[in-house]
Amino acid sequence: MNRLTQLFESKKDNILNIYFTAGYPNLEDTSTIIKNLATAGVDLIEVGMPYSDPLADGPTIQESGQRALQNGMTLDLLFDQLKTTRQYTEIPLVLMGYFNQVMQYGPDRFFKACADAGVDGLILPDLPLEVYREDYQELMAAHGLQISFLITPQTEDSRIRLVDELSTSFVYMVSSASITGAKQGIENTQVAYFERIAAMDLQRPRLIGFGISNHDTFSTACRYARGAIIGSAFIRALTNTDDVAGTCHDFVAMIRNTALKTTV
Amino acid sequence: MTYQIDTRGYYGKFGGAFIPEMLYSNIETLRREYLQIMDELAFQKDFRHLLRDYVGRPSPLYFAKRLSAHYNTNIYLKREDLNHTGAHKINNTIGQILLAQRLGKKRIIAETGAGQHGVATATVCALMGIECIVYMGAIDIERQAPNVSRMRMLGAKVVPAKSGSQTLKDATNEAIRDWINNPVDTHYIIGSVVGPHPYPDMVARFQSVISEEMQVQLKEQVGRPNPDLIIACVGGGSNAAGAYYHYLDQSDVRLIAVEAAGKGVDTGESAATSVLGTEGIIHGSRTLLMQTADGQIIEPYSISAGLDYPGIGPMHAHLIASGRAEAVSITDREAIDAAFFLSRQEGIIPALETAHAFAALDKINYASDDVVVINLSGRGDKDLATYIRFLEEA
Repeated sequence: MNRLTQLFESKKDNILNIYFTAGYPNLEDTSTIIKNLATAGVDLIEVGMPYSDPLADGPTIQESGQRALQNGMTLDLLFDQLKTTRQYTEIPLVLMGYFNQVMQYGPDRFFKACADAGVDGLILPDLPLEVYREDYQELMAAHGLQISFLITPQTEDSRIRLVDELSTSFVYMVSSASITGAKQGIENTQVAYFERIAAMDLQRPRLIGFGISNHDTFSTACRYARGAIIGSAFIRALTNTDDVAGTCHDFVAMIRNTALKTTV
Repeated sequence: MTYQIDTRGYYGKFGGAFIPEMLYSNIETLRREYLQIMDELAFQKDFRHLLRDYVGRPSPLYFAKRLSAHYNTNIYLKREDLNHTGAHKINNTIGQILLAQRLGKKRIIAETGAGQHGVATATVCALMGIECIVYMGAIDIERQAPNVSRMRMLGAKVVPAKSGSQTLKDATNEAIRDWINNPVDTHYIIGSVVGPHPYPDMVARFQSVISEEMQVQLKEQVGRPNPDLIIACVGGGSNAAGAYYHYLDQSDVRLIAVEAAGKGVDTGESAATSVLGTEGIIHGSRTLLMQTADGQIIEPYSISAGLDYPGIGPMHAHLIASGRAEAVSITDREAIDAAFFLSRQEGIIPALETAHAFAALDKINYASDDVVVINLSGRGDKDLATYIRFLEEA
């Protein structure tokens, strides 16, 4: 069974999804980060494929991608790293990137490489729904890969239904009108949006991302969805450390607030 | 067969809207409404009025006698350089500002390379009293200083794009990110026939006034509406799209698309997308672009900031891939020489971008009785600092 399906069947709340950019801060950190996040209690990991022109991302993730590319990151290398890492962990892995990367690698070859490397799902924010449905839905299903599409506060109800229908894993709720890493905290207007979507009773589980950076915002998001996604805040933590493995554990403890619990 | 856009927003296999969901609502609103708004009588009246009395249209079609004698053919110059603000770019910004007003937008953003589109956007925003933010590559801000000052004098805020190659591609990325962060009150005035559908078609329609006038002017001056050749430079391709538009489906008119070879197509410092590019996605459009095997976009190079772009508009990708248009690559040096030659033959200093189109006269075949139209897309005032460097040798 797909590891994502398994996760959402077994865990109903407080799901923590952490994003990092493959090959950042160092080329060989991909495996270290996945293994340590997994043992630190993260539920699923979003592995960013570094891209030269990441339109949906803010400066933090863009700079991490540029650094990863300078480090020599390529898709072939990433698939090798993931294949090796899979021997150590069963944590669900989602690849996040831009459709041009898939197109140039060759969609069929890309999906096959994902399956071989133990990838469970994909997030391709600039892949149009209709292009997916016409050209890639069957192909991805044949390789056992799931996909998550995004909704935002501007997405109309009818389109949310379509996203819910076409997503084969979770629905990615963008918390506010923004690029990644742009905003901190959660405002009342966002809560109204979270409540509106929660009331739609979608068939797919929802994870909230963008603007989640600490225990408070994570907890708030978890009140309105199955869990939340953290990216830029984790990248910032990695930027300021020499101890990548330790940072993974400290960061997850900070988000889960377990450090506090053990001292009380 | 037609070379116009189809109902799904594609030119052949090129085009479409490959955008993150955060942009969907704005792009979808535009897609639903742009044709309807542009067709409204009141819109057309406002648009035509401003083009005539504010921009100074129609722009002349001028028979270049000495240039024609030199090349032994009949060369006509479509004088977009005489427009208000000095280039064709204002045709599009007038159209889009009127459209933005009808969509109820209160804030305008734009990207710019050479600064011509930035100036044209700052100008229409001043005209309408709307806030204007222009994203410009940090390197372009240095090499196009006069246009930066013009934008600031017009009241626009110029924001340097410091990521990537710090040129047009990165300015476009930054503008798109601004739009993602400000989806409700802001309209993004894209300056070329690039970006997600409906931008390429919308910008081409606003620029199509160029070929619309050419038809009338050629009929008057040579007795037939169709020239034998149209030559235009292509970065993203908006002046070329405007000059080709009404001739796209008339196979007796040869379309010549002139790209920037930079230091040479094989030097690794080039912007000749039709030669160096492969099919992929850039700025939301499926088109030809310069990229690595892994799909990373390659930083282009050209002496001309307006042609320094790693892609071309999907219309041009289709025209070139299908053989309808012929692509020619011109180096920095050839463009500089052509700029000096035109200046001294006809008393017209062209923009560096436009100079590439003139250099193509040495690269293509034509007959002595052909009617050749060159779209003189912009004037060279902004490029004087570059030209002066070559003045001693000229």
